[in-house]
Amino acid sequence: MCLIRHFELHAAQAYEQKLTPGTVYLAVGQEASSATVSMLTPGYAVFTQHRGHSALLAHGGDPAALRDELLGLESGCCGGRGGSACAQDIAIPMYAHHGQLGESIAIATGYALASKKPTLAYFGDAAAEEDYALSSFGFAATHKLPVLYVCEDNNLSILTPIEDRRNWNVYEVADSMGLATANIDDDPVLIHDTVTRLLKSLPAFINIRTCRHLWHTGVGRDGPPEWDRLDEYRSKVPDAEAIENRVKESVEALWQEQLQRQ
Amino acid sequence: MARTVAETIKEITRRHLEENGGLLFGQCIRAVGWVNNSVPDCKNIVEFPASDVGNMGIACGAAVAGVRPIIVIRFQDFMWLNSSALVNYAAKSKEIFGTTTPIFVRALAMANAGCTHSGVLHGVFMHMPGFRICSPMSPCEYEEIWDDFMSHDVPMFVSEHRGSFLHTEEYVNTCQPADVTLVGISAARFNLAEAVEILAEEGITCNVAHCYWLKPFKTDHVLKALANTRMGLVVDAGFEICGAAQSLAYNLMWQTGKPVKALGLEDRSSGVSPASRNSTPSAERIAETVRQAFLEKAENQDCVGISDARMSGAGT
Ligand SMILES: Cc1ncc(C[n+]2csc(CCOP(=O)(O)OP(=O)(O)O)c2C)c(N)n1
Ligand SMILES: [Mg+2]
Repeated sequence: MCLIRHFELHAAQAYEQKLTPGTVYLAVGQEASSATVSMLTPGYAVFTQHRGHSALLAHGGDPAALRDELLGLESGCCGGRGGSACAQDIAIPMYAHHGQLGESIAIATGYALASKKPTLAYFGDAAAEEDYALSSFGFAATHKLPVLYVCEDNNLSILTPIEDRRNWNVYEVADSMGLATANIDDDPVLIHDTVTRLLKSLPAFINIRTCRHLWHTGVGRDGPPEWDRLDEYRSKVPDAEAIENRVKESVEALWQEQLQRQ
Repeated sequence: MARTVAETIKEITRRHLEENGGLLFGQCIRAVGWVNNSVPDCKNIVEFPASDVGNMGIACGAAVAGVRPIIVIRFQDFMWLNSSALVNYAAKSKEIFGTTTPIFVRALAMANAGCTHSGVLHGVFMHMPGFRICSPMSPCEYEEIWDDFMSHDVPMFVSEHRGSFLHTEEYVNTCQPADVTLVGISAARFNLAEAVEILAEEGITCNVAHCYWLKPFKTDHVLKALANTRMGLVVDAGFEICGAAQSLAYNLMWQTGKPVKALGLEDRSSGVSPASRNSTPSAERIAETVRQAFLEKAENQDCVGISDARMSGAGT
């Protein structure tokens, strides 16, 4: 969680200093979901959407290549061509998102079918509404595919809350299609226990209610966040301060290493 | 103060929603600046969920019911998902079923916004029958195409460009005896004036013809301008291959017998980093294409009549 938080705060700074040729989609506040899921899913193939830095970092992707991607450099994970929305690291393997909301859910599903490898699809509460997202859940249920669908539900599509968009729950639809499902808060311990259970009966769908601290795109804020799970765990984890400081320093060094070359 | 394009769209929309019982559909309409301040805060706005394939079908259904809906597609690239009901139902309904599905599709484009947000796709829709297709870049042009929509009973694909939204000016076509006619479409039109200046300094004179009616392609002013020049260049903000520029250039060439070249985006995806961008042809790229066309012509045929000073330069 610390790695994601501090990496993204540096990304935010780079964006503010106009060092990123494109915009940034930051997951500040939403760290707990991918940080916890990744602990339980080593070796899984990963597909995400535009807010994908967190999944890449959580699953052990190369932070330097992600940094360079944001800076538009050829050494970036997509050669600087994709930008923030296209985080990827084939070594995981984690494949880039292309920009059409939710299509990576279908692509993850086809990957699981053909590769038979356990696969994760991260996406948001709006992406989950896409027609092809729903049909992917059904397809995975029909074919009993080894996919865990992780909906990082920040209750926002850009700035539009769910209640203005629909009166139904995606996890209930997934449930009716035959997926094992859960709908939980983003408490890491709760995520840990729930995912441990769901992984025994894939395909499964987990809706994790998260809190995005910054704007959909860029680095603006609309006031204090409703909650900050990382902050909460600062007082719960022994040695939290030392751990965070260590991570902070290494992330600082990572960004400085490149920025000093510019 | 003069009205901007965005204000014009907003006002037209307000009238339609408040006075005509029209409906406006779109995703996240009320969020983040009301689609670059082009949508009014008024009744009859329906927030769509992010269900891009089904959404267009729902909007087309509203068109069947006669409310002449407006659907806002924030980035034209999302049209790949939003197309089926539009292309296969709305655009065919008049010719095949004898029914009408007049829907106004506001498809916004934006420059250099990455691989899936930079698309200008009017050329794709020009390929399909049953639409009216336009790309207005000024307040008066927008009003004209809206009136046109209201007086026809077919779907209209409006290829908007965010680059135009704060513009207030109208565009002037020129029709003098000159060397080349530059025909501009969408955001490429913003670069024509500078290209004309660059070329004038080199002794190449240009007429300018602005095109916002792509289907039907309204050619009168273009043909007049072209009649006074030796050749033409159609420049578009979309892809060149099989795109609007090539299609219109062919049409003009056939009508006039004059060589007309097409210029648009290169045949590759547009990236985020400056080096990987594939942008609307710049003034310099337009000028360079004209220079090259002149050189080719100078080599291939008698160029008497094309400004002599420049032709002697071109040979060196
Ligand atoms: C097909 C398509 N439709 C619409 C969009 C515009 N869009 C980009 S992100 C977004 C909201 C995404 O919300 P969600 O999936 O919940 O993820 P979050 O941004 O909240 O992390 C929308 C509507 C898009 N990129 N692609
Ligand atoms: Mg969301």
